[in-house]
Parts: sequence; C-alpha cells; structure tokens
Amino acid sequence: MSMGVGKYEMDELRLVVGTMVILSVATALLVVMPYLLLKDTKPPAKLAPYTDTQLIGRQSYIANGCVYCHSQQPRDIAQAPDALRGWGRASVAADYAYDTPHLLGTMRTGPDLLNIGARQPSRDWHLGHLYAPRAYTPGSIMPPYPYLFEVREGEARAGEVVVNLPPSHAKPGQVVVAKPEVLALVDYLIALDRTYPALTAEDDLAVDRKAPR
Amino acid sequence: MEDAINRFQFPFPTPMDLTVGVLLGTFILSVLALFVFIASMAKGLFGSGGAASVQIFDADEVGKVEDPAATLSQRGSLQQAMDPSQMDTQRDAQEVETRLRADQSSSLVVGVCLTMAVMWLVLASVAGLVASIKMHSPDWLVDQAWLTFGRIRPIHLNLVAYGWCSMAGIGVALWLIPRLLKTELVGSKYALIGGALWTIGVIAGTVAIALGYSDGLEWLEYPWKIDILLVIGGALVGFPMWLTLLRRKVDHLYVSVWYIAAGLLWFPVLFLIGNWPDLHFGVQQATMNWWYGHNALGLWFTPLGLAAAYYFIPKVLGKPIHSYNLSLLGFWSLAFFYSQVGGHHLIGGPVPSWLITISIVQSMMMIVPVLAVAINQHLTVLGNFRALLYSPTLRFIVLGAMLYTAASVQGSLQALRSVNTVTHFTHYTVAHAHLGLYGFFSMVMFGAIYFIMPRVMKWEWPYPWMISVHFWLVVGGFAVYFIGLSFGGWYQGLAMLDKDIPFMDSVTLTIPYLQARSVGGALMTLGHLVFALHFFMMGWKFGPRRLGAALLASPGPTSTMAQPATARGATA
Repeated sequence: MSMGVGKYEMDELRLVVGTMVILSVATALLVVMPYLLLKDTKPPAKLAPYTDTQLIGRQSYIANGCVYCHSQQPRDIAQAPDALRGWGRASVAADYAYDTPHLLGTMRTGPDLLNIGARQPSRDWHLGHLYAPRAYTPGSIMPPYPYLFEVREGEARAGEVVVNLPPSHAKPGQVVVAKPEVLALVDYLIALDRTYPALTAEDDLAVDRKAPR
Repeated sequence: MEDAINRFQFPFPTPMDLTVGVLLGTFILSVLALFVFIASMAKGLFGSGGAASVQIFDADEVGKVEDPAATLSQRGSLQQAMDPSQMDTQRDAQEVETRLRADQSSSLVVGVCLTMAVMWLVLASVAGLVASIKMHSPDWLVDQAWLTFGRIRPIHLNLVAYGWCSMAGIGVALWLIPRLLKTELVGSKYALIGGALWTIGVIAGTVAIALGYSDGLEWLEYPWKIDILLVIGGALVGFPMWLTLLRRKVDHLYVSVWYIAAGLLWFPVLFLIGNWPDLHFGVQQATMNWWYGHNALGLWFTPLGLAAAYYFIPKVLGKPIHSYNLSLLGFWSLAFFYSQVGGHHLIGGPVPSWLITISIVQSMMMIVPVLAVAINQHLTVLGNFRALLYSPTLRFIVLGAMLYTAASVQGSLQALRSVNTVTHFTHYTVAHAHLGLYGFFSMVMFGAIYFIMPRVMKWEWPYPWMISVHFWLVVGGFAVYFIGLSFGGWYQGLAMLDKDIPFMDSVTLTIPYLQARSVGGALMTLGHLVFALHFFMMGWKFGPRRLGAALLASPGPTSTMAQPATARGATA
C-alpha cells in the first residue's frame, strides 16, 4: 500500500455512486430541466396542428431521412443570414409544439425547411422536385425519389395526380403519377410555415409582467 | 435568446435568477475542479508510481514487453529497444499460468464478440462508402428505397455505433476484465446470451431503418421495441463483469477497470432514457437527443477506448503508466465535464441559452481530462517511439491515443460560439465525428484486437505483412478523408454565412471535397477488407504454425517453444 492508496483509492462503491451522481447531474441539466421548463409551452395560436395526412407525410420525411441534410431551425440574424435567405425568423420552442419526434436536424447539405411551405407553396413544384431535383435546381445534390412515383406509358387514371415535369425532363407518351405517400409528404412540406410573429401582443404582456426590462 | 427564454412559464421565481444561478453554480464547480487539479499537482500527488499502476504486471514483469501480434524477431527487437537486460529472463511460471487461465476463461465470448464486430465493420464501411458516393453522384442507386441516402446513412451510423464499436468495445472489455482482476471470468454465458440478443437487435434495427421504420432521432433511430433487445443484451453483457469484480483476487482496481465499469453502468441508463417512448417532446427532445448523442461518445465509447489504451500501452512497453494519480483525476473530470457537453450541438437553436452556455463551458473544461490522459499516455510512450516499429498493436493504439487528444481539443474549440457558427450544419462536423470514433476509438480497437486474438485463437496472425497493409490503408485513407472533409466543411460554413453568396454555391463548392472523402473512405474500406480477411484466415488457422513460445514466453533468441506453461496454453 503505497501512494495512490487510501483516500484516493477507487473501490466499487465509490465508482458506482460517483458515476451515477455525475450522470444524474448531467441528466438533470440537459433532460429534466428542459422538460420542466418546456412542458407547459402553449402552441402559438396561429400554428395549426398537423392533419392526419400531414402526419403521414411527416413519417415519410423521417423514413426517407430528409433530416440528415435539412435542418428545421433558422438561426438569429445576429448569428447567420438565415432570414436573408428567406428561411424565416429565428425559431422558438413554441414553434415545435406539435413536433414529436423533433426534426431540428444538424446538417445543411440542403437549405433549412422550417418555412419551406411559405416560400414554396406549390404542390406541383414539390412533386416535380422530389422526382427530378436537378430539373428545378441545377447543381443540386439531392437524390431523386423514383420509388415514390409510378411511371407509366399512356394516360393517368381518374383521381391520380400527375407530375407536371418541365419539358426538358418530360418523356412523350409517358406519365409520372404521384403515389399517396409522396402526396402526403408534400402536404407536410407545404404545411411547414412558421412565419407568424414569434411574439404576440399577449405574450409580450406576459413577458413584461414576469421580467421587467 | 433572452426573449425566447422569458416566454416560457417557469416554475421558478424568475428566469433571470435561474439562468444566473445555474451558470454561476456550474462555473464555481468547474473552477473548483480546476483548483483541486492544480493544488494536488503542487502537492506532488501526480508523481509517477502508485502500487496500482504496476497492477497489470506480474512479479518481476516490469521491463518485459508483450505483444502477441508481433513476430518473434519483432518481439526481440522490441525487447532490445525497451530493456535489453530483460532479453533472456524467464517469467514466473505460476503467474504465467494465472494469466493463461484468465485469458482462457474469456476466450469464447471474446472471440464471438470480436468476430461479430469485424463483420459489422465491413458492412458498416460499405454502407458508409455508398452514402459518401451518393453525396457527389446523387443519381446513383436511386431506385431502391432502402438504398436512398436518407436510409443508408443512418444504417452506416448505427452499424458503426452499435455493431462495430460497441461489439469491439464489449469484446475487448470482457477480455481485459479477467486479466486486470487476475480472476477467471465468471458467468460468461450471460455475456454470450447478451451478445446474441444485441446482435439480433442490430440486425433488426438495420432492417427497420432500411424499410423506413425509424424513430427519427439521430443516434436513436432503431424503433424502441427493438431497443429493448439492446437494453437486455447490454445488461447481460455487463453482468459477468460484476460477478468477476465480486470475486476479484487483486486489491487495486486498475484505471482501465474504472473506465470499463463506468461505461457499462452509464450506457444502459443513457440508452434507456434516450429511447423511452412517449416521454420526450419538441425542443426538450432535441436537448435529450444531444445529451444522449454526445454521451454515447463520451460515456460509452471513450471510456472503453481509454480503458484499452491505458492497458495496452504500458503492457506492450513493459513500463507502467507515467502517473497513476493523474489518471484518477482524468477519470472523474472526464465523467463530470463530458456528460454535460451535449448542448453544444444546438448552438443557435431554439433552446434556453443557459443550457447552451453550460455545454460550451464544460466543453472547454474538457481540456482538463484530455490533458490528464494526454500527459499520461504520451509521456509513457515518449522516448520509446522505436517500439512502434516493432509492435503492430502499439502502432495502432499510440496513433489512436494521439488522435484522441486531437479530437478532444478540436471538439473543445468547435464548441466555441464563434467557431461553431461556421462549422455547425456542415461536413466539418462529420469529419470531427470520424476523428473521434475512427481516428481514436477504431484505431485503438484495431490494436487491441491484434493483441487479443492470438490469445483467443491460440494461433498467431498468419501474415504479418497484412497488418502493415491494413495500417497504411486506413491511415492513408483516413488522412485523405479527414483533411478533405474538414476543409470542405469549413469553406461550406463560410459560404453559408456570407449573405451575398447564393446557398447553391455552398453546395457546389463542396463537391471536390466530397469526392476526396469517397476516395479516403474507399481506402479505409479496402483496409477493413484486408483486416477482415486476415482475421478469418486466422480463424481457419492459415499460415505457418508459429505458436507456443511466441505467445507469452520471454522473447530472447534463446527461448524455445518447449516451455511447459505456454505450450499447455498453446495447444488448441
């Protein structure tokens, strides 16, 4: 028993207690506190809950991993020119009141999508873009999603949604029909619109009462 | 940001009090920790030595090198370089016997875990390479849903994390435990069952992602019903370690044991909370996501990697670690600081700023444990770099330890708001993640596997040149990968911050760097194929019959293959 023994010795009990206490502190800070602080967040009045179709579309967004290239969290103008690119104001927690699982994302291989519905509300554009991204955005490295569409010779049947491709990409005698999954996905994308003001007058009053500035 | 905080209904007096209180508390704790560090250093607490640091050696073994991956002549040169006076000395037969029994008690379960790990490594590399190529050739392999980038990328990540890294880490840990405790592994059948459940979980999870069933959170994609398999499997894998600890025949717990035990305690808790269904929501789920995501690295892979480095570096060199007490400080400060850094993944996001600030502060404080580990491991190697020429194990592990220092310092800097503003949302982050999990963790695991497998299989690596080919392919490939992607990511970030540059330009400018990444990734994958081929050739006992003396006896030219103790251990 020489140096490093006694007071500084490690045994199983110290190890278990020490490691668990430390993990609890971290969990309290990063998981429990946000839980307590955010659990009563009210959804903004102007944010509509997702419809059933939009939720199916959201599942498709998850299933096809859109989140690995697109964030949904514009940053403040003081930090980055996100707003100047038309991506919208800096988002706040209430904007995600209906978002479970969260899709904040960590990459911008493509642009931020939190307000894609506001800047690109056309269903035709989205369908065509998902089928042939480079027909709409030259140089884009987004993959096409042919498996979400059906390509047929001849005519579309009644009730089917046909993708209107630009002439350069349309093949004569051939129709590209959108499957229900991609229609739902586009429904969800168009619903992505948090362009209402982050603070309403009512919120401002509440803030003023709580923390006078 | 302050507006964003103020908007919530706080269950506390005022938000400002809370913010100031939390920040102040964290700051005081951090500074106290630093003072303890400095004060104890001034007292000479961190001098070399300590009975526990020689724990990994048998009586009179200090000075004797050990590397079962080295050929007989390499071993001779290694011993010559480290301590020529030990060239012809013999080992204590009793102690050798104890170690052989410890090795044998774990060999089945370790062999199974490492075999699975190598298979996952190959599959994960192929998935990664496909994802990488898709980034600059987006029209390649687009007809199958499961091959789309958004599925093959998470398949790659999860195969790496839960397939290769976890299985390799568990295998190495299970092999180290009986050696470190000088006690035969108790209850290895639980680990076998656990490993089987884990493997089924990884297969099911991969298939689920391929079919589009994902929980949607990075690092937590596997559907939670499948996660149950990993939770039970993980618990069963950890069980033999506790059983063995209870029967240990040593007084001191060597530093590697703390790291392994802590990792095996932390991970199930992290994984369980992270995957609990219908508990997390919206932005809170995002903070949980990165609490989990960063702790999977900091409290699971890093402890397992450091445990291996702390064992193999001194073991191969036959030289105790530089300072045992420094490792104690490194351990606790790593646990404390690392566990709170996750928030730096959300800088600029819709999260309370106190949370971000804590994570940035603790990211900087990570310099304390990183320095502790760096001083300890690098000073142990310092002056013995010739040993890297002769020891394949050491070559991988010392490189891994160096890249651990590099990845950690880079991570601390990257958490600074000014740097993060550029690197966030770019490929730079991807490069950094690979520096940690590949440059550090995987390199250390390669080295550890080269050391362990000859003991598990009682057969030497058939073709030592293949180890060199593996080394240079992955080192060269990774250099191309990391340097290319870091520069590409940095320029991408700068372009995105310039309002006058169209967004599309930030995409096109990365193409050559993404292509470089594919070249690097292809070399790495090739290296893994060489490694896997060599691994399975060893399994099928290819190559010349070189066993016995080479495994454990003294390396001098006079030693023979006829030592009773080693020969017994060596007969298959």
